[in-house]
Amino acid sequence: MPHSHPALSAEQKKELSDIALRIVAPGKGILAADESVGSMAKRLSQIGVENTEENRRLYRQVLFSADDRVKKCLGGVIFFHETLYQKDDSGVPFVRTVQDKGIVVGIKVDKGVVPLAGTDGETTTQGLDGLSERCAQYKKDGADFAKWRCVLKISERTPSALAILENANVLARYASICQQNGIVPIVEPEILPDGDHDLKRCQYVTEKVLAAVYKALSDHHVYLEGTLLKPNMVTPGHACPIKYSPEEVAMATVTALRRTVPPAVPGVTFLSGGQSEEEASLNLNAINRCPLPRPWALTFSYGRALQASALNAWRGQRDNAGAATEEFIKRAEVNGLAAQGKYEGSGDDGGAAAQSLYIANHAY
Amino acid sequence: MLMPQEQQQVAPVGGGRTMPSDVLGQSAVHVKRCPAGTGPPGSAYKRTRNGRGPVGLDCTPSCLSHESIRSTASFVQDSPALFSRPVTMAYKFPALTADQKKELSEIAQRIVANGKGILAADESVGTMGNRLQRINVENTEENRRQFREILFTVDNSVSQSIGGVILFHETLYQKDSQGKLFRNILKEKGIVVGIKLDQGTAPLAGTNKETTIQGLDGLSQRCAQYKKDGVDFGKWRAVLRIDNQCPSALAIQENANALARYASICQQNGLVPIVEPEVIPDGDHDMEHCQYVTEKVLAAVYKALNDHHVYLEGTLLKPNMVTAGHACTKKYTPEQVAMATVTALHRTVPAAVPGICFLSGGMSEEDATLNLNAINLCPLPKPWKLSFSYGRALQASALAAWGGKAANKKATQEAFMKRAVPMKVSPDNVHWVFENVALELNRKANCQAAKGKYTSMGSSGAASTQSLFTANYTY
Repeated sequence: MPHSHPALSAEQKKELSDIALRIVAPGKGILAADESVGSMAKRLSQIGVENTEENRRLYRQVLFSADDRVKKCLGGVIFFHETLYQKDDSGVPFVRTVQDKGIVVGIKVDKGVVPLAGTDGETTTQGLDGLSERCAQYKKDGADFAKWRCVLKISERTPSALAILENANVLARYASICQQNGIVPIVEPEILPDGDHDLKRCQYVTEKVLAAVYKALSDHHVYLEGTLLKPNMVTPGHACPIKYSPEEVAMATVTALRRTVPPAVPGVTFLSGGQSEEEASLNLNAINRCPLPRPWALTFSYGRALQASALNAWRGQRDNAGAATEEFIKRAEVNGLAAQGKYEGSGDDGGAAAQSLYIANHAY
Repeated sequence: MLMPQEQQQVAPVGGGRTMPSDVLGQSAVHVKRCPAGTGPPGSAYKRTRNGRGPVGLDCTPSCLSHESIRSTASFVQDSPALFSRPVTMAYKFPALTADQKKELSEIAQRIVANGKGILAADESVGTMGNRLQRINVENTEENRRQFREILFTVDNSVSQSIGGVILFHETLYQKDSQGKLFRNILKEKGIVVGIKLDQGTAPLAGTNKETTIQGLDGLSQRCAQYKKDGVDFGKWRAVLRIDNQCPSALAIQENANALARYASICQQNGLVPIVEPEVIPDGDHDMEHCQYVTEKVLAAVYKALNDHHVYLEGTLLKPNMVTAGHACTKKYTPEQVAMATVTALHRTVPAAVPGICFLSGGMSEEDATLNLNAINLCPLPKPWKLSFSYGRALQASALAAWGGKAANKKATQEAFMKRAVPMKVSPDNVHWVFENVALELNRKANCQAAKGKYTSMGSSGAASTQSLFTANYTY
């Protein structure tokens, strides 16, 4: 059992740990603005805007020109490669605008999914080649954290043991390489909500996936205090006929995390998946009101759930930029409250009545 | 080969799964429960051959020997891929009902409630022989009974700090001099009764003197009987050692797997399993090495528990503290031990585990107390109760005071109570009160009371101790 080969020095560990804690400071979460060119195509076509580099720049400018109100609710922003090197209308790099607000800059580093032969349509994620050099460059260019998304799906025969093992392993390799370059890895093992499975099935699968992820991280000597987790919430499949309350989602989610995520992990930043803006906020809020002890920060790393209204308000028109930015700030503030369990809902009564809706966790 | 009419009748019996025909391209295969019985009724589980990945439906060629699959062997030959790796993520086979989970969870929480810990009085006959020899007492059943009687008949106030007692098989059926069963005496004090379940070590061939643990055979029946006889938790001790090439990957994997099997079987029978993966302190390795090894071992243990569908909320962990080897020349303070220990735990032990009860290993009574105290003061998040499961560290003085003489009963009980029962601390006393030692300092409500108690003990307390903790990124 070699031990005289520590992966990181004490200084490196401290730097990573400090970055992670800054991102998930109380009341703060992450804006995932790292949509690839292809993903942006989908978003922009929905509002009838052409997918040009300039339009993508103008859109991100809408988000990054948000005023100081976002300082209290955003700890980090994830960039796509192209955006990391773009500037606003007055020539100020987006990276600097974001950093000047005290927000940590992150970068998507994976290169998309590729199929796993011999499986039922399952995938792994590529991007390890030259990753160390890329990370070193991104670090010089202002990024302090990275994100890598793996995808698993639930069906009759999936996720298979191979898919779980392979994705956990590639996440651990990515995490290890990031840390060697002073970058905090956000580990994202997303289990898609596609399907008609119920809440319990999703919880079961999430627990198995997360157990494998943390075993792989341990095997690869990853320093957990310098990482963040970006999981799905535990929800039923989109096509599941049973409806669940935010409290049930919260209980199942927190139970799954408590059984698998070591307390050393400073924060869990949920992805919003296909949830609407309001749903994503209500669920996050319920998670933060869940009566189970939660040793990590529980916050957001939302893309669509922070941007949908802003995108709609913008519609590609410069004149709409101000209004669009307001929409974004509004959602950011709401989620900042939800990350503390302080969101009272969009007018309906939240709080006290909802507490009683938590079923004891031995039912999970 | 299944005939068409048999296909129609294929339905899961005892939890078997039916492979849809499109998978095989032929008629459906019905796979019944493996009679080797490696899972609960209704399950069709068998661990994957290479030990990796979650347990799923895995009919490897080796389990095709049993009846229900023999007739479909030809399907296997046609579709070997189907049977050579786990096919699905079965979830329709929950290991425990909600009521079973609730019972287990409540037992576990009762044992570690309010800062209580465990008295490990489960020394085997052989081990008791070692203890008694040191005080020149003959190792007879009567002598063992007498000593245990003295311990168990102490004042009821002992139950403020002792939540559970682990017994050896023989002791479970012994009585006091009035004919009252020990286990009833303990229960009346509100103490949960536990039993040692393992049957000692067995060598692992091809390793550097490493071992695994026996005791799985007939374990379910034994657990069921113990449950009837008033036991509510079990204990199983796996042993790993640090040395050249040790612990090896095999030793870690094998012991983690055996612990997980034991835990699974316990829970099926309403017993809370205490999971004990002891990394023994023999050797001259430093504390950093022990921390590294402990982290690897615990990560493997919790992966195995997850693979075996063990309900973590209904378990307890009994680990070693992270210390240097006995023969290591470097000395460490309790705060260093505490920081290394809690760091290792919080990198590996999920928050769902209700309590961690440290073993005392070869530590002196005093060191065991000081270290546990420092652990509870350690400024890292600690979502589990941090308590004790001590054998020698609670009994050494009592044993010495007894010396095998009935006349020494009072002195023996006093010596025991002195270690076991909360004591008041005086402000001049550098050593923390044992009561505060066992209180947790996390976010829950009672931490306020604990903090209040600490600050009222004088300034030589928390503040000076806090500064003795070096930041954990150095660990």
